[in-house]
Amino acid sequence: MTADHASDGPIEFLDHARRVLDDPAFQHNVGHAVHVFRARRAEVLKDFAGWEEWREQARTIKAHTLAHLDTYLDHFDRNVRAAGGQVHWAGDGAEARRIIGDLARRRGVRRIIKSKSSTTDEIELNPSLERDAIEVTETDLGEFIVQLGEEAPIHFVAPAIHRSRAEIGALFAAKIGAAPTTVPEQLTRAARTYLRERFLRAEMGISGVNFGVAETGTLVVFENEGNARMVTTLPRIHVAVMGMEKLVPNLAALAVMLRVLPLSATGGRMAEYVSMITGPRRAGEADGPDELHVVVLDNGRSRILADREVRESLQCIRCAACLNVCPVYERAGGHAYGSIYSGPIGAVLTPLYQGLERAGTLPFASSLCGYCQEVCPVKIDLPKLLLVMRRRAAAAGEGVTPFERLAMQGYAWAAATPTRWAWAGRALRAALRPFVRGDRIPRLPGPLGSWTRRRDFPAPPRASFLDGGGASGRPDAGTGSRDA
Amino acid sequence: MTRVALFTTCLVDQLFPDVARAAVRVLERVGAEVDVPPAQTCCGQLPFNDGFWDEARRIARHHLETFADAEAIVTPSGSCAGMVRHFYPVLFEGDPAGVELARAVGARTYELSEFLVARLGLTDVGATFPGRVTYLVSCHGYRELGLYEAPLRLLRAVRGLEYVALPAADECCGFGGAFAVKMEPLSGAMLRSKVDAVRETGAAVVTGTDVSCLMHLGGGLSRAGAGVRPLHLAEILARDETRP
Repeated sequence: MTADHASDGPIEFLDHARRVLDDPAFQHNVGHAVHVFRARRAEVLKDFAGWEEWREQARTIKAHTLAHLDTYLDHFDRNVRAAGGQVHWAGDGAEARRIIGDLARRRGVRRIIKSKSSTTDEIELNPSLERDAIEVTETDLGEFIVQLGEEAPIHFVAPAIHRSRAEIGALFAAKIGAAPTTVPEQLTRAARTYLRERFLRAEMGISGVNFGVAETGTLVVFENEGNARMVTTLPRIHVAVMGMEKLVPNLAALAVMLRVLPLSATGGRMAEYVSMITGPRRAGEADGPDELHVVVLDNGRSRILADREVRESLQCIRCAACLNVCPVYERAGGHAYGSIYSGPIGAVLTPLYQGLERAGTLPFASSLCGYCQEVCPVKIDLPKLLLVMRRRAAAAGEGVTPFERLAMQGYAWAAATPTRWAWAGRALRAALRPFVRGDRIPRLPGPLGSWTRRRDFPAPPRASFLDGGGASGRPDAGTGSRDA
Repeated sequence: MTRVALFTTCLVDQLFPDVARAAVRVLERVGAEVDVPPAQTCCGQLPFNDGFWDEARRIARHHLETFADAEAIVTPSGSCAGMVRHFYPVLFEGDPAGVELARAVGARTYELSEFLVARLGLTDVGATFPGRVTYLVSCHGYRELGLYEAPLRLLRAVRGLEYVALPAADECCGFGGAFAVKMEPLSGAMLRSKVDAVRETGAAVVTGTDVSCLMHLGGGLSRAGAGVRPLHLAEILARDETRP
């Protein structure tokens, strides 16, 4: 568990979810957006030859890199420095914030522009810079919208999909003095006009890193708006914040990621902009910063790396394909997950990063439908990881009620022998009988009452199949027939 | 003659005995000799999925012992077949004998439609069922066993049956075991989408491979007064000219 969240209370997933479930605009906006992503991905995949082989390659690359991460980090460090960049190692979020804050202070930085970076959200970088009276401006359109709205991104690839054009128009009018409009072109023009000024006067640009290439010390940034290219080239200092698991061994491995990431993220055949940054501006070059700093963040990652059962969660390339297909994410939205990492991968990562005490409910926020695993471009076995995290939560007394524990223990006791099974079944069916109305049970008491809040429960038969003689009880000889 | 052991599943045994009878009838009609091991109880998926692996292992051991000697194990549930085949080896990790037995039993465990189509090579099992029927995809069978074509091929071969596809079929209905109770508002929201999709088809019956999902969906349909009946695939395949 990181010190950052020790004082925060538990993530109340269901309370957050309930609020947005009752918000039809939210349901419509998020539902629409994820379905568009899903449909685009499916459309591209229609004529994408050998997708399963691409996935297998991507998985192999990430798994291999993680298995030899110490070596590749070493190569990366050496090659970034050889290209003229500086590498800083941050054990946790506090250390990363201190490194960046100190650098800003030493260089007299007052204004920072940022491109999208979940990792800087993870370490809560912006508030700490703002406390130092530094102006921080998000330049990805979605990030800019949520920054103006003073809220967290709802999705780590598409941060503002919960906001309608009308809401964004009103927000721009209120916060940046734009003329009220709901026309997308006018909205983006207003944002560009506002941001251009900021781009030109910022002294520091902070970006994330999609992939670090160990062999060349290259930082690779994917984006669709061109803002990240400006963030990484216009200001005199570029700081790239990279989770230590983001490496690939070489450019050939990167080529695989160039295909699988955009397709999985937004259904794009390729990213609109891919910046490959090797060192700061060199002598004779026109563009680029004077200084390049790479902050390599651990923040719990080496602990996860050593934890074999859950290590594959570090394969994640943050495409958010699992969010886009998750029926729970679609309805609960990202804020319910209490961290930048939402959806199925967030339900695994957040308890790993922040501890089960705070995030023990999250692994249970899944129907285990497996759609996430089907689309994951690096083939992370998300259902299995969710199950492992549930086991750990239950063992720690998190995410399960005392009644639930008792019920599961009782169930296992009963199901361990056929005699107990038959006896317990008879007792339970008899206990249900008083609640039968016609051919159904419209209302159950106690903790099972939540079943009947929106659905009926079937009326139990007199005899179970095995009680009624099993196969020899046929045809319809048993009194157990529901229709009887 | 093919000998099969029927793995009834806990829910079918306790709440839907007709489904087990229907499965037996279908299997016998296609010439199988059906044995119902009386010691069987449950596969343990409920506690497993809720994080109680020690409890699940206890049940799984009993299940493996009960079915250790069966030639072919057939179950009217994609989810329970997936539990045995896919997750038992995970559950017994670190116990080589347990894993070996789990793999052996798992390799002989089939979901009913999978057994009929993939193992026996049948699509027409001699069923007659007049009416408009839609099919609910159950996620575990679909994604853990690759079950999709088999149930549809069986349905399309049923005399009198008009099959109508369910929109957004690959989206979960929201059952999810304990999820249905623990995360009721979300399960309920997912259910609402599925109820709407079923109504859109104009079907009189919704069928599927798992009574768990059908119980959840059926409960939602009945609460909504939709007038659509849930029936397990086995119950449709069991109907014929002699007993429509």
